[in-house]
Amino acid sequence: MRIGVDVGGTNTDAVLVDGLRVVASCKQPTTEDVSSGIEAALRTVLRTAAVGAEAVTSVMIGTTHFTNAFVARQALLPVGILRVALPAARGIPPLVDWPRDIRQAIGGPSFQVRGGVQYDGRVNAELDEDAVREAAGHFRNAGIQTVAISSLFSPISADMELRAADIVRSEMGAEVSITLSHTIGRIGLLERENATIMNASLARLSREVVRSFGEAMRALKLDAPFFISQNDGTLMSADFVERYPVLTFASGPTNSMRGAARLGGHETAMVADIGGTTTDFGWLAGGFPRESSVSVDVGGVRTNFRMPDIYALGLGGGSRIVEQAGDIAIGPGSVGYRLLDEALVFGGSTLTATDIAVAAGYAEIGDRDRVAHLDPALVERCVARMHDMVAAGVDRMKTSAEPVPLILVGGGAVLINREIPGTSEVIVPEHAGVANAIGASIAQIGGETDRVFSYEQSGRDAALATARAEACERAVAAGARPDSIKVIDLEELPLAYVPGNAVRVKVKVAGDLAIGS
Amino acid sequence: MKISLEDLPYIATGAAFLGTGGGGDPYIGRMLATSAIEEFGSPELVGVESLADDANVYTIAMLGAPTVLVEKGACGDDIDLALARLQEYTGRRADAVIPIEIGGVNSLVPVMAAARTGLPLVDADGMGRAFPEIQMVTYNVHGVSCTPLVVTDEHLNSLVVNTGSAKRAEDLVRVCAVEMGCSVMLSSYLMTGRQVKDSAVTGTMTLALEIGRAIAAGRKAGDPVAALLSALRATPYYNHCKVIFDGKVSDLQRDTRGGFSVGLCDLVALDGSEASLQLTFQNEHLVARQGDVVRAIVPDLICVVDRETAEPIPVEGLKYGQRVKVLGVSAPPILRTPAALQVFGPAAFGLDDIFQPIESL
Repeated sequence: MRIGVDVGGTNTDAVLVDGLRVVASCKQPTTEDVSSGIEAALRTVLRTAAVGAEAVTSVMIGTTHFTNAFVARQALLPVGILRVALPAARGIPPLVDWPRDIRQAIGGPSFQVRGGVQYDGRVNAELDEDAVREAAGHFRNAGIQTVAISSLFSPISADMELRAADIVRSEMGAEVSITLSHTIGRIGLLERENATIMNASLARLSREVVRSFGEAMRALKLDAPFFISQNDGTLMSADFVERYPVLTFASGPTNSMRGAARLGGHETAMVADIGGTTTDFGWLAGGFPRESSVSVDVGGVRTNFRMPDIYALGLGGGSRIVEQAGDIAIGPGSVGYRLLDEALVFGGSTLTATDIAVAAGYAEIGDRDRVAHLDPALVERCVARMHDMVAAGVDRMKTSAEPVPLILVGGGAVLINREIPGTSEVIVPEHAGVANAIGASIAQIGGETDRVFSYEQSGRDAALATARAEACERAVAAGARPDSIKVIDLEELPLAYVPGNAVRVKVKVAGDLAIGS
Repeated sequence: MKISLEDLPYIATGAAFLGTGGGGDPYIGRMLATSAIEEFGSPELVGVESLADDANVYTIAMLGAPTVLVEKGACGDDIDLALARLQEYTGRRADAVIPIEIGGVNSLVPVMAAARTGLPLVDADGMGRAFPEIQMVTYNVHGVSCTPLVVTDEHLNSLVVNTGSAKRAEDLVRVCAVEMGCSVMLSSYLMTGRQVKDSAVTGTMTLALEIGRAIAAGRKAGDPVAALLSALRATPYYNHCKVIFDGKVSDLQRDTRGGFSVGLCDLVALDGSEASLQLTFQNEHLVARQGDVVRAIVPDLICVVDRETAEPIPVEGLKYGQRVKVLGVSAPPILRTPAALQVFGPAAFGLDDIFQPIESL
């Protein structure tokens, strides 16, 4: 049996899963020390299911803790910043586009040194080892404990980042924490460097949080391995998360979508998470969310993380309904968490989307008599509009015109009870309230390649085969069972203006976790 | 007027719109201009009318692959070097710098150059939009010689190129750019103030700024596309503009041919009608067709924007399912003369259609 845990800002959820069956689930408040909340949640599911700790083979944890810390600028370390790219890229120094408050919170000494490769892997400048040594000396003197190293085109060749890290470690001692950009980001030096610096700033917090997860496990005598889920729905081992906390930044929506898909019984489907204020749409292919192709801002900093492509629409259970000039407007304004005070069905005075669903007769929430006075024609128009909004969201996120299954989760799922055009079926699964924890419990081990090939030189088929093999190798190294690995994403991006038919190939694979019994 | 840090995001948005799908991501240009202005202060933007007829005006631009640009950026002193070497070679001291291209990243590279050198920046350019090759400029149409030109890279290698035609210069520079790492700086088309007045598309830096401001103000007021259209209608050249299609991306085919990103983008209407539109692009959008009927064609501008926010969408950012509005905008008259159409009209891109102005379609 496996346990999935979701540590959110408000609640810590846990589910105990046996194969595909949910055996027990619970919600506990998240605690400030994180670990006692997790401990309480784990204890509750084990007790509810009357199962001993020894029956649990693995524990998967999803958390938004690191995202929240970065956005709130809490528990961050000053970072020693080293860019290995000179003579290139010197026109845009590190941190140039960062909000002032966060620049002050984590921007430590910053150095640019010679080194890096070209887009095709040729050396652009030899690594200036003396300059790296000198920078490391400055970091040491400034009391820096964590260093971010980014080199030119390191996703193409990481050799210089690795060599620079060796030098920094030998100058600063083995205990220094080092983040290398090729392990985190993609082509696009600024965004990759940003993500690398963010990751480095979380070094102390990630050590503490991972340790507190371990403490919670030990307190319950759970000696099964535990894993933490990352942005793309695959798992990382605890010591990997300790080194790469930023890779959990978008795991919340990912787990919610993957959990919803599992509960709804589809690997390829549209998921709509209807909350109090917004509906988040995401597209799953083969059980994994499609990634966003545009840069994503986190706490005001531009990054190129692997983030799921989420489309948010201003429709939720608390959406305000306003009638004006003969037309109706639903959202984006919402009463949010005050739904229980302000909605008509709860004795309030604001007409909300929830009131409409109750008045239309298909939702059983609050007191129906309090909406009996609403004009049936108005109710019908609002119901039709809410369904139109969801249909538009589905259509926007689809990858082809084919009808797709739609899985609804979240408290606002009650707003929908009719067919949605463009869908083959609409599913509202059981246990939808703990979809995040379910998503964590079914996470897999992933591997990825992202680099430029010359199709003219190698031919397309050979290039794709090489890319796939590299990604599989990485997944196996990360702990996946080789026979279970599948390609979950393949993208070819022709490089405009570059002759030789240069194509950037991105391949992502995932496989089941290889664990004893 | 001075170009301030606050102006840069607006200029970048306007430049992305005028890029008509291409021209490279202005975000990098914005970062370059930001760091230059932080270090050297705001550059002065001057109208063409303020140039002396015998003033020496230098263009500055970046040439290469957008995907390499996002990794390498630029340096600043590579720009200084391109300008310095060309001045040294010609023996004519620069009085001002001017963009070649207002669309995309090349709108902001000259802002960086002006900030660094202290030279005034001329409020004009040679395309009034974006085009993929360096011979496709009004300066060339009006007989300004593209060469001598200087190419530099981040190692501060520099090359002086002399050749008979702008097209030949393009071919030579493209090969050099690959060897130099696919992202180089270029100073070319040295002009007198008189030549600038005769051949440039004027007021385009201000135009980019105003487009960016109009979109931002429109977002606050509720209808950014309408705000964008009314800003364009208030201009002397870009005033014939309309939404030629409101729909979603239904199919996308992309290919790399001869170093260009070429392809087709199909859209279907959102109103339930059977209407559809097809865009043909080569880095930039070239023609919009509804069945056999041309709705807009190069050099007029075909711009794809998000239908809610009016955010310009580059060709590489197009995705299935995106809801967009396609705008057709009249190119300035200087881009529509018979001589200009030979250089960047439909035939220059291998299209069989003849040019028809947007206002007649």
